[in-house]
Parts: sequence; structure tokens; C-alpha cells
Amino acid sequence: MTKNERRELIAGLGFISPWIVGFLWFNLYPVIASVYYSFTSFHVVETPQWVGLNNFQILAKDGLFWTSLVDTIYYIVGSVPLDLIAALFFAVLLNLSLPGRSILRTCYYIPTIVPTVAASILWIMLFNTHGGIINETLGLFGIPEVPWLSSPNWAMPALILLSIWGVGSAIIIFLAGLQDVPSTLYEAAQLDGAGPAHLVWHITIPMVSPVILFNGIMGMVGAAQVFAVPFIMTGGGPLNATLVYSIELFRNAFVYYKMGYASAMAWILFIFLFALTLLSMRLSQRFVHYE
Amino acid sequence: MARALELPSKPIPRRGNTFWETVATGGRLLALIVLVVAAVAFVFPLVWMLSTSLKTEGEVFAVPPIWIPAKLMWSNYPASLTYFPFFPYLTNTLIVTLPSVVGTLVSSALSAYGFARVRWPGRDVVFTLVLATLLVPTWTTLIPVYILFAKMHWVGTFLPLIIPNFLGNPFYIFLLRQFFLRQPQELFDAAVIDGSSHIGFFTRILIPLSKPAMAVVALFSFMDSWRDFFNPLIYLNDEKMYTLSIGLYNFQSQHTTDWTTLMAASLLIASPMIVLFFLTQRTFVEGITFTGIRG
Repeated sequence: MTKNERRELIAGLGFISPWIVGFLWFNLYPVIASVYYSFTSFHVVETPQWVGLNNFQILAKDGLFWTSLVDTIYYIVGSVPLDLIAALFFAVLLNLSLPGRSILRTCYYIPTIVPTVAASILWIMLFNTHGGIINETLGLFGIPEVPWLSSPNWAMPALILLSIWGVGSAIIIFLAGLQDVPSTLYEAAQLDGAGPAHLVWHITIPMVSPVILFNGIMGMVGAAQVFAVPFIMTGGGPLNATLVYSIELFRNAFVYYKMGYASAMAWILFIFLFALTLLSMRLSQRFVHYE
Repeated sequence: MARALELPSKPIPRRGNTFWETVATGGRLLALIVLVVAAVAFVFPLVWMLSTSLKTEGEVFAVPPIWIPAKLMWSNYPASLTYFPFFPYLTNTLIVTLPSVVGTLVSSALSAYGFARVRWPGRDVVFTLVLATLLVPTWTTLIPVYILFAKMHWVGTFLPLIIPNFLGNPFYIFLLRQFFLRQPQELFDAAVIDGSSHIGFFTRILIPLSKPAMAVVALFSFMDSWRDFFNPLIYLNDEKMYTLSIGLYNFQSQHTTDWTTLMAASLLIASPMIVLFFLTQRTFVEGITFTGIRG
């Protein structure tokens, strides 16, 4: 290594030193420690006691663990495709050269700015069974009152519907992708007599398919870890209908202080997400078009 | 939480879509109607928040709904400020937020420079590691990090909310690196000929040129910190130290039915974000398309 190369190496490591410290402190050490913790049992400041696979064996028989897994899958399956379709639909329309386009775009984005706590409290009120504005509006169409957050059957659908309110950033990411679609493709198809629906289906969607995959994976990763909104709005209830994985993990870690047990849960979440991401990349190979 | 990967890193070309221009006027009118109706539905909850914050309790769930209260109850706002120690919580929020923004800017810019403009063996491998950390769910690292903070006696202080920001945020390192890479190499070569060191080039030339990207980072990290619910929930245990978000949550769990004051307080906490957004819309949109960060 020449003197100059060595100087550059020292400079490079010097510049990235904040990241190196952060990586060791908040990534590398915790990832290794949490593998170890998942085979132990302890409260916060105690010394972890090695228990082998015990945590995982208890988890396998823990009804709440399975409930939380099922609730989370329900939430993912309900919200991710719905939000993806909504975001793409609005983005395609917003991409038309229409008057007031930027004001419209702002309207869709604004909800994502609102702090989660404020938004959650607001929606508790909107979903109120009697006199809540959602039920009052549905009532105009003759639909009877829905006991949204107070019924085990309706609480999860309420949270899923609410997730649409946050599609603003996905819309903006889609819009960026849509603007990259070369207009020559549309022109050529039009010469062949293709109509708007045909163009969207055969040109727009294949051309933005990498963005669909991106938004889909990000949506899944986010949905699998959803915490604040159900935590504030339903606390996991009623009757554990919205007890998502993160709430159950949070309770084990910070209410019961079962740190080893919670670490085991955290690892299962990690593996679950990793598998989900790999699976969607694999499945998407047939559908995603890369230039 | 892990939120992003690589997305369009090039600026968005402003190209007209000839296809859409030829969609029949009728079709476009229909699209406009759909968009306007849906946009109203998206904004409506916030309008209802404002309307409720000016009602009397009796009007909140009145049937039929009351749009504009008979008498505007402005007194709900001062009431919400005393009901809930707004100004102490605001002070706490700023104590956390301001150093966090400074820390994020400094540490992410330095690290990004090390990945963009200094040539050293193994750099690109290490940068892949930066991106890989984005894929690790917060929950996986949370417990060991919490236990370390507990052993350091940092739990119950503001430090766990501030210090990590001084150690580089992978999203912003990625964003700033992309921006630094776009600056012409000649600038750097010229600076070197003038006898400038890396530090000199970084502080005197690159940072002044990077104001737009730094603005995105400052804005986003301010909002991250202001709106954070999870970290204050875990690390703050004394009510006196609560930030606005966690304070509002605590207030809500004690006064579940005081909707008018709750809405006034919520609006007070949300409004700085909304105002900031309107002042900086362009910066916002650029930042989102650049990083794929979700709100």
C-alpha cells in the first residue's frame, strides 16, 4: 500500500467513523446478542440464564403468540394489496395532465404528515359507533351502524381501511415511476388503436412493475411490524382481534420484562420477514419487467 | 423501521405524457371527478378534527352531525394547554428534536462523504452493509439496545432518543451519498490542486453546494423526531419528561371522552408538521422520490 493509499484509507475510515460506531452499537452487537438472548431467560439487568430451545417450545404452545401471528397475517393480507392498488390507481389518475393536479397531490399526501398519535386518536372518534361520522355517512345510504372498534369482527377491517389513509408516500413514489415511462411506447400502441384501459394494462403496469414490487415489499415490511396505530386505537382488542405481533412482542419485553422470550419472538419476526421478502422477489420474477 | 431500498436516484424528467393528453375529454373529466371526491375524503378527517376542536362535548356525536358548531368554542384550545402540560412537553420535544437534527446532519454527511468521495479498499462492500442494515427489523435489535441503555442508566433520560442520531442514519447516508456522487469530479480535482484536504473540500465546497440535500435530511429528521412515539414510549418513564406525542397518548388514555380538548391538542401537535410541509413541499417530494422513505 502506498503512502497515498494509506492516507486515503485513514481518511475514509475517519469520515465514516460515526457510522462504524453506530453499526457496532446498534446493529452488529444487538443482532448477535439477540440470537444469544433468544436461548436465555432473564429480566432486564439480570444475567441471562441459558435455557436452550425452551423459549421456542413455550412459544409453540403460547396461544397469544399464534393469535398475534394470525392477526398480523390478516393485517398484511388485508392492507398491503389494498393500499398498493389504491396508490397505483390514484397515481395513474394524478399523472394525467389535469387542472389542480398539484393541489390534489397535496391532499393525498397530507395525512402522512400527521403524527401517529394525533391520527390514531382522531380515527377512534371517526369510527365511533353511534354518532361517529363514518357511520353517519354510511347511514345516508341506509347502512346500519357498524360497531367498528368495539367488535372483534370489525376492528381489524377498520384498521385495514384506515391504512389507505397513509398511501400518500406510495403515490408519490409511483408518480416518479410513471414519469419515467417513455411516451413513445404509448404513441406506438396508440397507432395500433389501443384504448386507455389497454394502455394502462399492457404498458403502464409492466413498465412500473419494479416500483410495484418495491412498494409491495416495503408495505409488507411495514405492515408486519405495525405497532403504534393498533396499540393506541385498540390496545390489541377487543378480544385480541387486533393483537398484532408487535404488540405481543412489546408486552413480553416491556410489560412482563421477559427479555429472552421477547428476543425469540423478534427472531421469528426477522425470519418471517426475510422469507416473505425472498418469496415475493421470487414470485415476482415472472411479472416484474426490468429495462 | 426498515423502509427503503434503492429507488430512482436520478432526477425526475419533466416529460409530457402524450398518451394522457389524448385521453378523451370525457375520460379526463371522469378521472378528475374521481380524484376530487377521493381527495375530499383524504382531507376530510383533518377538517373534522378542526371542527370537533371547536365544538361543545354535546355536539361531538350529535345526530345528524354538526358541521359548524353553533358557537365556536375557542376556549377548548387554552383548555387543552392546561389540561395537559403542553409547554413543558413542547420544551422536552425540542430538547430531543433539535440536537437530533444536528446530529443526523453532521454524522450522516460525514459518513456519506467517506462513501462517496474518498477511495479506499473495501468501500463498496461496506456500503452494501449500510444498505443491509435497512432490512433488519427494529424489533430484532431493540432488546439488546434497550438492555445496554438500561445498564448505562440511560433509560429514563433523553439520551437514548438523541445519541443514536449522532451515529449516522443509513437512509440519510444513502441519500447524501447519491447527492455527493452527482457533483462533478472536477470540483474535487481543482480543490486538490489548490492544496485542499478532504476536510477542507468537504466543509468549504461540498456542503455549501449540498444545501438542497441537507435541507431534505434536516426536514425529515426533524419530523421523525417530532412524531416519534415508539422510542419515548420505551425510554421515558417520568411524566415530567414526556414529549408531545407520548404526552398526548397519556392524556388520551386518562380522558378518553374529552373529544373537543383532545382534538384541540392533536391539532396543536400536528399543525407544526402541516405548516412545515406547506412551506417546504418541493423539498418534501424530492426527498420521498429520492429515498423511497414513507411518512
